[in-house]
Amino acid sequence: MADDLAIDVRGMTKRFGGRTAVDHVDLQVREGEICGFLGPNGSGKTTFIRMLCGLLQADEGSGTCLGRDVIQDSEAIKRQVGYMTQKFSFWEDLSIRENLDFVARMYFVKDRKEVVRESLDRLGLTKRKDQLAGQLSGGWKQRLALAACMIHRPKLLLLDEPTAGVDPRARREFWEEIHELAGQGLTFLITTHYMDEAERCHRLAFILNGKLLTHGRVDEVIEQGHLTTWSVSGPNLLNLAAQLRGRPGVEQAVAFGSVLHVSGSDPAALEQAVAPFRTREREWRQIESGLEDVFIHFMDASKGGGTP
Amino acid sequence: MKGHWEFSLRRFWTMVIKEFIQMRRDRVTFGMMIGIPLLQLVLFGFVINSDPKHLPAAVLLADRGPHGRTLLGAIRNSGYFDFVREARTEAEAQEMLARGEVQFVVSIPENFTRSLLRGDRPAVLVEADATDPAATGNAVGALRTLIDAALSNDLKGPLAFLAPTVGPVDLRIHAMYNPEAITQYNIVPGLMGVVLTMTMVMITALAITRERERGTMENLLAMPAHPAEVLVGKIVPYILVGYVQVSLILVVARALFHVPMAGSLPLLFAVSLVFIVANLAMGIMFSTVAANQLQAVQMAFFFFLPSMLLSGFMFPFRGMPQWAQAIGEVLPLTHFLRIVRGILLKGNGFPEVIRQLWQIAVFAAVALAIGIKRYRQTLD
Repeated sequence: MADDLAIDVRGMTKRFGGRTAVDHVDLQVREGEICGFLGPNGSGKTTFIRMLCGLLQADEGSGTCLGRDVIQDSEAIKRQVGYMTQKFSFWEDLSIRENLDFVARMYFVKDRKEVVRESLDRLGLTKRKDQLAGQLSGGWKQRLALAACMIHRPKLLLLDEPTAGVDPRARREFWEEIHELAGQGLTFLITTHYMDEAERCHRLAFILNGKLLTHGRVDEVIEQGHLTTWSVSGPNLLNLAAQLRGRPGVEQAVAFGSVLHVSGSDPAALEQAVAPFRTREREWRQIESGLEDVFIHFMDASKGGGTP
Repeated sequence: MKGHWEFSLRRFWTMVIKEFIQMRRDRVTFGMMIGIPLLQLVLFGFVINSDPKHLPAAVLLADRGPHGRTLLGAIRNSGYFDFVREARTEAEAQEMLARGEVQFVVSIPENFTRSLLRGDRPAVLVEADATDPAATGNAVGALRTLIDAALSNDLKGPLAFLAPTVGPVDLRIHAMYNPEAITQYNIVPGLMGVVLTMTMVMITALAITRERERGTMENLLAMPAHPAEVLVGKIVPYILVGYVQVSLILVVARALFHVPMAGSLPLLFAVSLVFIVANLAMGIMFSTVAANQLQAVQMAFFFFLPSMLLSGFMFPFRGMPQWAQAIGEVLPLTHFLRIVRGILLKGNGFPEVIRQLWQIAVFAAVALAIGIKRYRQTLD
């Protein structure tokens, strides 16, 4: 394969007992790319990431991560990968500086003290460096965790829900930094539940029940949904939504503030279903489907296929 | 599987530093490690006594003659008996015994003096509450010699013919190393081993499970760290704690209980290292097996109980059945008790000590090997 792929794995499979958590997932991520990894809770995102960085042994699958064999060479991969766990996993009884210092020592970071000091500066935590990590608020913990998993200058960052519970401003700053780093050639695989964040990724991978459903750029993913969406505004939308739901052709009727989004995968059936409600006091408009509409569509579509 | 690589002293030292910082921050645990030895010293040193004295006794005095009094006086002077009650009738004495108010009833029969002087060898009945044989055993044992000796003063001059004749063999029992049979001399050095077993196993049993429960294990595993670096790195800080405990117990043993220290203290300190490491390794092994901290604590207790009971700390080792002795021989505490008592009380040197020490070393090596083997490098 081309050598500019940071992640190139095929058929990655992990079973826990009788349950298949990750089921033959193929994934390619180019160097310098931000890949958004989406999927509902329990769909296998974390398990997949743990297989990539050697925390779990894959039952099946092959491929490379940073050019190293993902099955055989996980120790070498560990040294070049930064992994940010979903739950804060640094030592709460160590101070901010001690945590960074510990990580830097474990990876044999050169000019350790200088690197730690720079990292504290960039975080804006120099004044609070002796505060225990356990006393930080959620947002600060996330920033500390990100700084710590980047202290050894990894080439690939695996971030598992890095912005869960972080306020919008901090989230924006976080994403700006990610883009800046990606511009420098770092590769990111980021799991998220936020659609606005998904839209900021170069590419998306959507996983459900351990299977990769779709993979591509944001517009490609929306395209693959083959979804038609109407936006309607007017009085009594709540009532309208209730009436629309359950009609053949209508898959979703979701309120977005003062408008209602009505979607379905068969344009003709959808048009027929909404026809009786196209009255004067309501304004109907066909719009482009959003990422969220598409994802919910994917989730609903696969329900027949045995979603628990 | 995964590529193994060299043990790194740098990463190992990094682990040690981290453990030291965390230990310093955990004030309660740190306090307990000093508190437990002190508490145990007080409990076992002052409270537990395998040679109990001053046991409550009642007397049923049916004869007011002088020789009965002599006898009672001698019994009291032995220190084993305190005459707290006087029963008027046999039934009353029985009742006191049954209610547990007294542990002994000493009956001087009617006409004791007269029978004695006539040479009729009157009977002195001592009834003992033997529900706890350990509590009454020594007291009863002391009685026989005591009675013979007590009357020998009275039975002089014209009465000398009544004195008991000397037996064909002059039996002398000489209690070695602890002639006064002071329980503390045996218990307090033993406590050193018990305290180390209790705290060292427990503290390291929690070490890995704590990382796992707090979620930090995931982070540690994602780093390039060798299992031995992590495990040995967690052991080292507690070796120091173990030495603090050993020193503390030795100071208290000397200052408070006046335990003799016949042998070499540097030798004792040196061999303690092997025992401390053995217990830490055992804890680390539990830590890799237990799923959570509660299980780890339970396992530590599972190890602690046989160590207490079968090592010869609580009960005489030789008094146990063969199978129990066999189990006891495996436990590091058994050997360490022999070493400590040997060095402190008997003045043993290295040749005697090494016979026990290698067995502790083997135990430590096996426990640590199992621990490193079982340490999961993945989250599977």
